[in-house]
Amino acid sequence: MTQPNAPVLPDGLVVFVKRECETCRMVAPLLSAFPVHVITQDDPAFPDNVAAHLDGNLALSWHHDIETVPTLIRVVDGHEVERTEGWLRSDWQRITGIAALGDDLPVMRPGCGSMSVDPDLADGLAAAFGGNVLKSRRLELADLDDEMEAMFDRGFTDGLPVVPPTEARVLRMLEGTHREPHEIVAVVPPDLVPVTVEKVAVNAVMAGCKPEYLPWVIAAVEAVCTDEFNIHGVLATTMPVGPVIICNGPGTKAIGMNGGGNALGQGNRANLTIGRAVQLVVRNVGGGRPGEVDRATHGNPGKISFCFAELEDSSPFTSLSASRGFTANDNTVTVFAGEGPRCIVDQKARTAEELANAFAACLRTLHSPKLVLAFDAVLVVGPEHARVFADDGWDRDRLLAELHARLQLPGSELVVGAGGIADGVPEHLKDHTLPKFRPDGILLVHAGGGAGLFSAMIGGWANGSTGSQPVTWRVNERSER
Amino acid sequence: MTKVLLDPTGERSVPHRERLPRPASFDGQVVGLLDISKPRGDVFLDRLEHLLTEAGAVVRRYRKPTFTKPAPVDLRQEIATQCTLVIEALAD
Repeated sequence: MTQPNAPVLPDGLVVFVKRECETCRMVAPLLSAFPVHVITQDDPAFPDNVAAHLDGNLALSWHHDIETVPTLIRVVDGHEVERTEGWLRSDWQRITGIAALGDDLPVMRPGCGSMSVDPDLADGLAAAFGGNVLKSRRLELADLDDEMEAMFDRGFTDGLPVVPPTEARVLRMLEGTHREPHEIVAVVPPDLVPVTVEKVAVNAVMAGCKPEYLPWVIAAVEAVCTDEFNIHGVLATTMPVGPVIICNGPGTKAIGMNGGGNALGQGNRANLTIGRAVQLVVRNVGGGRPGEVDRATHGNPGKISFCFAELEDSSPFTSLSASRGFTANDNTVTVFAGEGPRCIVDQKARTAEELANAFAACLRTLHSPKLVLAFDAVLVVGPEHARVFADDGWDRDRLLAELHARLQLPGSELVVGAGGIADGVPEHLKDHTLPKFRPDGILLVHAGGGAGLFSAMIGGWANGSTGSQPVTWRVNERSER
Repeated sequence: MTKVLLDPTGERSVPHRERLPRPASFDGQVVGLLDISKPRGDVFLDRLEHLLTEAGAVVRRYRKPTFTKPAPVDLRQEIATQCTLVIEALAD
């Protein structure tokens, strides 16, 4: 209730008031009836019947979390032991110990908003008094400096403008998590720099996040910085991959994420800024920048941000996170080292068998029709395609089993030189049957708009323990205060 | 009024380290060859080992578990304590 390093209140009774408040004016005559330290927010001459201390910069009000005036507080040995807000006669009588106090006043009268929570003042007060919890180096810009240009000039952006991370904005962002600003979230490659909650918040502000997105950004940063995901390799590779973030759970709706129409595209703030914030952390904290440790030959537009929600409500399949051991109530992020999405078109299939044939034929070409087992894929099944499978009673396991069965490939078509293509598997495998994907190498997700017989596939990077493993991470929501 | 922003970086200052001088000859040098586990890197390193041995160097071979991750600390320390020079094969 009281902020750290708060100025100590005097022992005894303390009341916060302002002249502008009608309830304060109503109780003012009572304040000369008992010993009380009066702290006034707006006028040193109020109340006129007792001496008052003017809380001119609202430091006392802010530090002691005064939300309403009047607030009556009893202080013992420098510590608050009880408080009441507004006028509640029974509370005032109990706290003052005066049985008949205000008997001629109404039983109850609500107070007014404290000036310290005035929306016009609150951010400035938070920065002035709460700013000392922020440990980041301050960058002072001159009056004539353009903040947006200054961020570009310092190399802090991904090529798009960022929201300037002021103290007030970062403090507001930190309201989105119960974790302490100085807590270490992860060690970020490639420079292996420990990143604090505060630094994640700074980059989340820059990305354009709302505070309620912050737990999702933190979870995704934790997930990509695991040894399994291997963001160092994902960043350093010449292949065009970056972290693809797939979000599951009821929280995706709470923060307004999009798993429906254009889920993989533009237009949704949560989708776009969560993914962008993760990339900015890797860039700014980890030091992973294109042309330096990032050696991508082409890259892909998703390396700015590639983040979407699974469309769980209307899905005939169990969700991605449920298939990876979480419950429907868990909020999770699954990170996958992926390239850009590629469309799978089949507008004629009316049976699951036909559609699985089309999916398999497309999936076979992933990265190269002759390369097998080296790469995983995310298969984003659109709702109209999902309905075709559901109508024939195919669930997630059935669909994946049918796809894997169709992707057992003859070695003779895969060996070096086959089909006039130099790349391929060694000659000695020509009489073997080889699977395109390892057994858990297809991650099935349901997303997309309600119209369109389309799906999408997202190719991965070197898989397994030598490359990158998909990682699913639980999102720790803000605790109730 | 001055505008104040927060630094989004890791706030590290990277120390500048001078390169060691080139050795005048390979005599008495122990050269570590680090294979990063990319295909055909060994072809390149086999040839280097042959040339370096002819030039009078003692060659030791090392291998990263995977090209996708930095060399483990133990491996880096092993090379640092056993070798005077190191060559890392990067290419496919």
